[in-house]
Formats: sequence, structure tokens, C-alpha cells
Amino acid sequence: MGDYLSGLWTVFEEYDVLAAFWVNIQLTFWAGLLALALGTVLAIMRISPIASLRFVGTAYVNILRNTPLTIIMTFMILALVFQLALQLSSNLSDSYFRFAVLGLAVYHASFVCEAIRSGVNTVPLGQAEAARAIGLPFMDSARLIILPQAFRGAIAPLGSVLIALMKNSTVAAAASVTTETASTMKVAIEFNPDYLMEIFGVFAIGWVILVIPVGLLTTWLSERLAVKR
Amino acid sequence: MSASVLFDSPGPRARALMTVFNIIGALALLAVVGWVVYLLYLKGQWSWTLWGPVFAGDFWVYYVWPGLQNTLRSAAFATVGAVVFGVILGMGRLAHNRVVRWTSGAIVEFFRAMPVLLLMIFLNLLLARMLPGLEDRLFMAVVVALVLYNGSVIAELVRSGVRNLPKGQGEAGLAVGLTPSQTLRSIQLPQALVAMLPALLSQLVVVLKDSALGQIIGYSELLRSAQIFGNAPPINNLQALLVAAVLFIVINWLLTVLAQRLSRRLSSRGRAAVAPTAIDAGAVAGAAPFTGGAGGRVGRV
Amino acid sequence: MRKHTTAVALTAASALALSACGTAEPGDTGGDGGDGGGETITIGIKYDQPGLGLQKGADYVGFDVDVAKYVADKLGYGEDQIEFVEAISANRETMLQNGDVDMIFATYSITDERKEVVEFAGPYFVAGQDLLVAADDDSITGPEDLEGKNLCSVTGSTSAERIKDEYAEGVELVERPGYSECVSALASGAVDAVTTDDIILAGLAAAQEDPTAFKVVGNPFSEENYGVGLPQGSTEQCEEINAAITEMIDDGTWEELVATHTDGTGYTANEELNPPEPAACA
Repeated sequence: MGDYLSGLWTVFEEYDVLAAFWVNIQLTFWAGLLALALGTVLAIMRISPIASLRFVGTAYVNILRNTPLTIIMTFMILALVFQLALQLSSNLSDSYFRFAVLGLAVYHASFVCEAIRSGVNTVPLGQAEAARAIGLPFMDSARLIILPQAFRGAIAPLGSVLIALMKNSTVAAAASVTTETASTMKVAIEFNPDYLMEIFGVFAIGWVILVIPVGLLTTWLSERLAVKR
Repeated sequence: MSASVLFDSPGPRARALMTVFNIIGALALLAVVGWVVYLLYLKGQWSWTLWGPVFAGDFWVYYVWPGLQNTLRSAAFATVGAVVFGVILGMGRLAHNRVVRWTSGAIVEFFRAMPVLLLMIFLNLLLARMLPGLEDRLFMAVVVALVLYNGSVIAELVRSGVRNLPKGQGEAGLAVGLTPSQTLRSIQLPQALVAMLPALLSQLVVVLKDSALGQIIGYSELLRSAQIFGNAPPINNLQALLVAAVLFIVINWLLTVLAQRLSRRLSSRGRAAVAPTAIDAGAVAGAAPFTGGAGGRVGRV
Repeated sequence: MRKHTTAVALTAASALALSACGTAEPGDTGGDGGDGGGETITIGIKYDQPGLGLQKGADYVGFDVDVAKYVADKLGYGEDQIEFVEAISANRETMLQNGDVDMIFATYSITDERKEVVEFAGPYFVAGQDLLVAADDDSITGPEDLEGKNLCSVTGSTSAERIKDEYAEGVELVERPGYSECVSALASGAVDAVTTDDIILAGLAAAQEDPTAFKVVGNPFSEENYGVGLPQGSTEQCEEINAAITEMIDDGTWEELVATHTDGTGYTANEELNPPEPAACA
């Protein structure tokens, strides 16, 4: 028993679980911000009066959300780094981290866009008609009337996108970010096969602790902030 | 013209202005694309030595086709498994018995919180430990991971599908003397399943995309095959990856279109389709004044 | 209505039960699991390493593949009785423990850690960890020169970690799923060097359109004994394989194979250590 516990202790001394989760949290945070910005722009494009913008927005969403994230991540590295020789930082691991953030952001932006669009659909027709009636042009009615209500209506789907983004941040492994949880767990088990269940258990609990509060929070927020009608 | 209430149909001045901006936008886009193409040209990425093999028969016969078969096979089994698992769990969550309800809820919440990649890595090692000699272990690890995650998502769909049925359906069942569980099984569930069909198709897109994670544990699906091909001389990783990406996009896009058609059809038949949205915020079928189409559809992530 | 749903569920369940049957080739992991006597033998190799184990259409080529064919032949399996399966580095022990494969020839270094879970025959080749750099790069002559440089290796390999731990703490590591991707990175200047065993690097350099674009530094700093991975407790088979390897070395096939597969790379095996003498089986 003593051996067992001390063995388990050494495993988690060598592999810093908290640091691994911190990497996933950071990936999620930055990618989430970027995806929210990009997704909002895409949503505005998709409801805008200009046909070409609508086309570009629709094409973007249809292509990106139908591509496996693994491919997007691999593409980031193979095309942008290895062929176009782009660098987002002079420090190599920072650079890969940022490419992973970028990959996660461009992928999830298409889902953010669709979530906001579904939020737009919760805004009653009369709101838009009223905006038009008082003479607001498209950008003003979108900015002042439609989007503020749409965001409130979109909190629940945006919350699911956020949760998906958190979990998908493990796919950063395909963009050479090897400090995140899935890669750390793999290596930890590889060198300590006796503690298979224990190591998975610790990482699994970590994910539950991370994901479930976010789910509860967004449900609570979406109910609280919902526009009462 | 445009049915949107957010703006008027553009007049002559606006149209002229739009044309100008369209041209500027197109030129800007073209410039970026041209720059990328040029950079790739500098790296020799357009040479026929690299592109030729991608169009040759060998690539399609020995890499793409076997890889695609494995991708589709794992996705097919995972979908069937996820539906079975999801319906069982979904019924569990609606069960009368508190223990059953609570256990099903815990299982659903647990697997919905797990990254699929983490599950795959773990299952690959667990299966080797628990079932030594199991054939096709990587396939099983991929399928089981997909079943556990997507089944939990489907369980939630089943639950919301049943909840969204008119109350009278359940009451009528009870009124004719069926037990609550009989009512669930023979009256509510079948209707909920039909309403769920479009959402299930969207879930298939998720399954297909996630099956590509199998590459990371060494399952020889489409992406892995493309990688192996790209690693052989003449080293054309990028070209092979692009082909794999295009195949995935086309298949998933077709499935998405199918899901949308089905959803429209179901709602025109007067049934409240569970729109393929993650949460039903956008599922005001038929009333989508701004975005066109039947309800805003949030594809699953 | 209820009958209908039951039928659907049944079909689904039986479909699931059949899941283990019918596999697409290649990537087939079937295999009789037994040793000798069976009709086929399943051998794990690399699919993505030029010069050692590489899928080329329906065929597999490379030094490891040819050694595997020779050994299998001596064990009584013709070429058409061999079933090759991809064994990525991270999966090798698991595949042997699970019985997915009968043996593994996949640049599999014999280490004490691995010996605890699998058995090794051989070694049949001794390689050394080295560096691949651009042909005109004279600034890197050994692992010590990597301080502050960018280094590429494959996912799950210990070779890059070794450099970080033992030679140059300030090295920046990149991990990719295949070595060819690392070479692409080297070609574009995204990394300064690629590290793994010298024979793999030589194969990679030779696979380039311009084989003179890169050079192996030629200053190996480890000793990698490539063994034949076997499930634990296959001492008998291990001895048969060792006999086959000894025969291969004695009859000149070994030298011929090394020459064929490193042809044009300018690589010569370390003569002090090669050809190796198979170690006694456990």
C-alpha cells in the first residue's frame, strides 16, 4: 500500500496535471476571444444587405465547420509554419501555441456565427420593423437593436460552443502543443502503465470540474439574461 | 428581392457603391490569395512532382479508399452505437425510478464533459489491458469513444424531444391505462425519434469529424492514410492533406444539407422538429425572419 | 409501433456485435495471434519512414521490411503469408501485449524499460542518434550546438528529450507525427535540425528530390540497438529469430540490404558496432 501511494505520488510529481490544465484554459481563453470577435463579424456579414459579404460568410461557415479540427490544426503547421514560414513569436513554443489558438479560433468562429444567428432568430420581427421605422440604417439597427438582444438569446448556444472549445483545446496536440492534458496524460500513462486507471481518473475529474460549472453558469446566465417576452 | 426587414432593397446609388466595394473586396481577397500562391510557388509547392501523385490511381486505390472506408466504417458503427446508447440513457433520464434517473444523468454529464481525444487515448490502452487479443483494437477504441460521447449528446436530444411533445400525448397514454414507462416507450419515444432525425444527421457530421482524431492514436482512417502517403517521397504532406480535407468537407456538407432538407420537411408536415441546434434557443421553426430558412441552425461543434 | 422500435434496436445491436468483422486493407489488424504453424504471420512495421519501413502503394519497402521478410522466410512463412500492419512508435508495446502482431520490426530500440513489458530478439542493427541539418549549415556539429536552436522530432519519441536533458537545455522542441514533416520544416527553415537515429535520417535525406540538400552531421551520440519486438514469453521464437539474423549476417544478405537501402545517402553503418551479434534470449 505504501509503495502504491508513493508510486502514485511520484507520477503526479513528474507530470504536472495543473500546469497541463492551465495550458488548456489559456488556449480556450484566447481562442474563445478571437472566435467571438470573428464569429460576430461573420454573423453580421451573413445578415448584411451586401450579397457578396453574405456569400463569403456562408462559404466560410460551410467550409470551416465541416472540416475536422485535426486537419485544421495540422494545416496550420504544415502550410503556415513549414511552407509560408510564418511566425507568431520568436520563441518557437509560443509560436506553436499561438497557431493552435488561431486554429481553434477559426474553427469555432463558424459555430459562434451560427449561435449568434440563432440568437438573432429569437428577436421578434417587430423589433427590426421598429428599428427600420425610426429610420435606422442597417449597421445601426444591427448594433443597437438586433445584436444586443441576439447575444442574450444566444447565450445558451454560445455556452455549448465554449464547452466544445474547451474540450477541443486538447486537439492542439496536433499543432505540436504537447503540454496540454491529452498529451500529458498519454505520456504519463506510457511511462507508468500500472497507474492507467488512476491517471485517467485524475484527468477525467479535472475535466468534469472544468466543464460542468461552465455549463451551469451559461444555463443560469441564459435564463437570467433572456429578454422577457 | 431580399425579404429581410433589416434593410431596404438597395437603390441605384447603393448598388453602384456596392459594386465598387465588391470590386475592392475581391481585389483585396485576390491579392492575399495571390501572395499565398506566390509564397507556395517559391517553396516549389506547385510542382507537378508533388501534385501528380495526388491524382494518380495508386493514391486513391491504396490510401484514400482504404482510409475512407475505415473512416466511414468507424463513423457508421459509432452512430448506430450512439443512437442505441443514447436512447437507453435518454429513457433512463426520463425514468420514474430516481436511482435510474440519477445514474443516467451522471453518466451523461460525465461523458459530455470528457474530451473525445482523451477518451480515445485511454480506451486504446484500457482495451489492450482488459481484453487482450481483441482484434481491431484501434477501431474499437475510436468507436467506443465516439459512442460514449455522442450517445450522451443523443440522450439529451431524446430527453428534450420527449419534453417538447404536446402534453396530451403522455396524458392520453396514461388515460388508456398504459403505465408511465409503456407510455414513454410506445407513444412518446417514437414521436420524439422522428422529430430528432435532422439533429441525428447533424450529429453524424460530428462523428465523422471526430473520427479523424483516431489518427492521433494510429487508427488508419482517411487522415492517417493521407499522412502516410505524404510522408513518402516525393514528400507532399500538404497536397495529400488538402485532398483529405476536401473529401471530409464534401461528405459533411452533403450530410448538413440533407439534415436541413429533412428538418424542413418534418416541420412542413406539422411536426415540431427538434432543430439540429445544440440548445433549442433558435428552434423557432418557420419563424426565422432574418436568416432565412427554417430556424437558425447551430451545427454541432 | 413498439415492435418496430424493438426491431430497429435489434438490428443496431447485431450490427454492433459484428463490428469486429470485415476490415479495410491496409491497416488490417487481423492475424492469427499464434506463433508458427499458423497460415499467416502478422508483422508490425513503420509505414512512413523512407529507407526503413514505407508504404509504397500496395507494397512495403525498406531495410526493416526486408529484414522482416528474411526472418519470416526462415521461420517458414513465404512473402504472401506475411501480413504487414502499421506500428506507430507509441503503440508498439501495446500491440505486442495485446497480440495484434506476432513481431515488430520498426526501428525498435532495445531498452531496459521496454524489456520489462516485451521481449526482444536481435539486435539486427546498431544505429546512433544523430542530427540532420541543411547541407550548408556548419554551425551545428553535435547536440551541444543546439542551444537556442529549433529542433524537430516525432511525437512520442524520447530522442528530442534526451538532447534537452543531456546536451542543450535551451533547445526549442517541435513534435510532428512523421519525420518527413520534420524534414519539410527543415527545408523551409522553420527548424534548424531534425533528430533521430542516423539510419532514419539518411533515409530521409535520400528521399528528397535533391538528396544533397541535407546532411547527417555524422556525430552519433547514442547507441540504438534495433531489436525484433516479441510478446513476452516467446523465448523459443526469439532463439529462432536470432539464428535467422546470424545467418543473414553470415551469408552476406545483411550487408547487401544495408547497402541497398542506404544507397546514395552517403551513410555507412558504424563499423565498430555493426553487424551486431544477437544477444542471448531472456
